[in-house]
Amino acid sequence: MVRIAKVSKIYRAGNEQVRALDDVSLEVNAGEFAAVQGPSGCGKTTLLLMAGGLLQPDAGSVEVDGEDIYAMSLERRAQFRARKIGFVFQQFHLIPYLSVRDNVLAPTLALPISGAAERVEELLGRFNLTSRAAHTPGELSTGERQRVALARAMLHEPRMILADEPTGNLDEHNAAIVLGALAGFAEDGGTVLLVTHDRMAAGEAGRLVRLDAGKLADDGGSSHRDQQVAG
Amino acid sequence: MNVLRLSLQEIAHRKLSFGLGLLSVMIAVGVLVGAVTMLGGHDLRTEQLVAQKEAETREEMTRMEDDYRRIMKDMGYNVLILHKDQSLEELQRLNYPTHYMPEDWAQQLADQNVETLNHLLPLLQEMVSWPEMKREVLLTGVRGQIPFADSPKNRRPPIMQPVEQGEIKLGADLAQSLDVAEGDTVTMRGRNLLVREVYARRGTQDDLTAWVSLRQAQEWMNRPGQINGILALECLCNVEELGSIEYHVTRILPDAQVYEFSSLIAARGLARQRAAEAHEKAIEQEMYYRASLREERRAFAGILVPVSALGAAAWVMFLMMANVRERRAEIGVLRAIGVSARRVQSAFLLKALLMGVFGGIVGLVVGSVAGAWLSEVPPGSEGFTSLLNARLLVGALVGAPLLAALASWLPARAAARQDPALVLQEE
Ligand SMILES: Nc1ncnc2c1ncn2[C@@H]1O[C@H](COP(=O)(O)OP(=O)(O)OP(=O)(O)O)[C@@H](O)[C@H]1O
Ligand SMILES: [Mg+2]
Repeated sequence: MVRIAKVSKIYRAGNEQVRALDDVSLEVNAGEFAAVQGPSGCGKTTLLLMAGGLLQPDAGSVEVDGEDIYAMSLERRAQFRARKIGFVFQQFHLIPYLSVRDNVLAPTLALPISGAAERVEELLGRFNLTSRAAHTPGELSTGERQRVALARAMLHEPRMILADEPTGNLDEHNAAIVLGALAGFAEDGGTVLLVTHDRMAAGEAGRLVRLDAGKLADDGGSSHRDQQVAG
Repeated sequence: MNVLRLSLQEIAHRKLSFGLGLLSVMIAVGVLVGAVTMLGGHDLRTEQLVAQKEAETREEMTRMEDDYRRIMKDMGYNVLILHKDQSLEELQRLNYPTHYMPEDWAQQLADQNVETLNHLLPLLQEMVSWPEMKREVLLTGVRGQIPFADSPKNRRPPIMQPVEQGEIKLGADLAQSLDVAEGDTVTMRGRNLLVREVYARRGTQDDLTAWVSLRQAQEWMNRPGQINGILALECLCNVEELGSIEYHVTRILPDAQVYEFSSLIAARGLARQRAAEAHEKAIEQEMYYRASLREERRAFAGILVPVSALGAAAWVMFLMMANVRERRAEIGVLRAIGVSARRVQSAFLLKALLMGVFGGIVGLVVGSVAGAWLSEVPPGSEGFTSLLNARLLVGALVGAPLLAALASWLPARAAARQDPALVLQEE
């Protein structure tokens, strides 16, 4: 689970200041799949990076699994990410010269992962990538690339997956695969924080969070679907 | 997955950039190794050249010494007693005397028992035609040595045997050009002569001389009872005392003169000394030329080596900077995944090290071969292996990766310090 408490972030570029996050608090528990929505530039990515220990807040704190991650040194935080957090990005950020299999194995560069060799085959199988294992990302379709990125985010069995517009470049079919996998991860007790513009993606989440101009506008605490069911 | 595997895959993916880096390292190492090898080869070649020149000099000196010794032996402090009207200039020009004297002058000398004289050998020598062979030949008539009157000198074995009637003895070159050997029979002026002996080569005009009996020579030259020289062999005196021989001889034979070879000997000695000096000078000049060539080469290398090393370092740094830029997203995602900054840095340094190692190896080989060629001690030739010194080998194999790693230090550090958040926001 992740507990974001009263975080603020101001970007400074020369004389200009951008208040990207303003006193935001958010808690997402284990087993919860939360989607963050909001207009472009409202601070979604900023919030996600902060939750993942990649962006130090100007104020406030972030706890992941009960640990204050910004109290850690830079290297300890990196190790923490390597153990507990998985990232999925809109642009996938696969390593272009590594095969699919090696891309999925990339987290072992950070920490040795026991059973990684078997786990990679299992994930390739699960995401229907076994026949592409020796290919490089350039040879894959967009949907396949995102599945590789997803497999990579799951190799080390993280406690939390942070996904920034993972379906932004995908068609409905592929988007459904990705969202299904994230939902499955949450069902298995993981924490998912998904940033998306996409209504369908938001629909998969168990909980919707709206962000507007750096402020938490609406934390419904329950998803669209639940509301629809309720209404 | 490990950093080495990552780096190798990245290298395989961006071969050109790696190849260009490798090339620059190779050039730098090649220039250094080439320069050192070339200078080493230069020194070796100089040594070889000087040694060769010295050997040549020594050989020539030995040959001249041999000549000298042979002359000394042939003449053995020998003197030639001639008619006093004999022009020495003509003697030297024709190689035989042209004034004649009675044969019994030799006997008169022998009868007087001059202390310093040994082995008196009357001879008649002339250039004669040999119609059967269609050539001219230096013909020498000899009769063996004149016994001294009642003297222990007679008990010494004669040093020159007379030639018997009906026989002939030939110098080595003459025999060879006539294609005759000992035991053959030759015809000379209508007379058959047995070749009794062919002398071994002496390196003097003897090699072209034919010896017959004095009687035969007198008959053919139409000089009955005449000779044109008396060789006095193995005189018991020093070269400086030849004057005393002349004194004794002319006391007995007032119309004679003594031709001594001392001036000839001195000339030979002088020639030998001159030759030695010339050789020494040649070696000196060669050394001087080689030294200035070496200095030129050293100065050139002194500029080229640091320039190419700096050039390679700058080039590697530039390539690494470009590589870091190119891999911004990759670095960002690796950092997000939790790969430590130090490991990211090590990936770039490892790549630089690989560049250095392989560039160093290729440069070492290319430089050694090129340097050896330039110094004219090509691979496979004598001494080439001595140019390959272990220190240089180790230096190149350690220095090149070190240089590449140092040049890549700042780019690699920049990569490690890159903020992953910035890259990941650029969507
Ligand atoms: N490094 C930065 N320097 C300056 N301003 C920044 C920086 N990163 C983000 N911003 C600004 O902060 C605000 C929030 O950015 P953020 O990337 O979090 O928005 P977002 O909600 O993810 O937008 P989008 O939906 O377009 O991805 C934006 O106005 C953005 O321009
Ligand atoms: Mg964003």
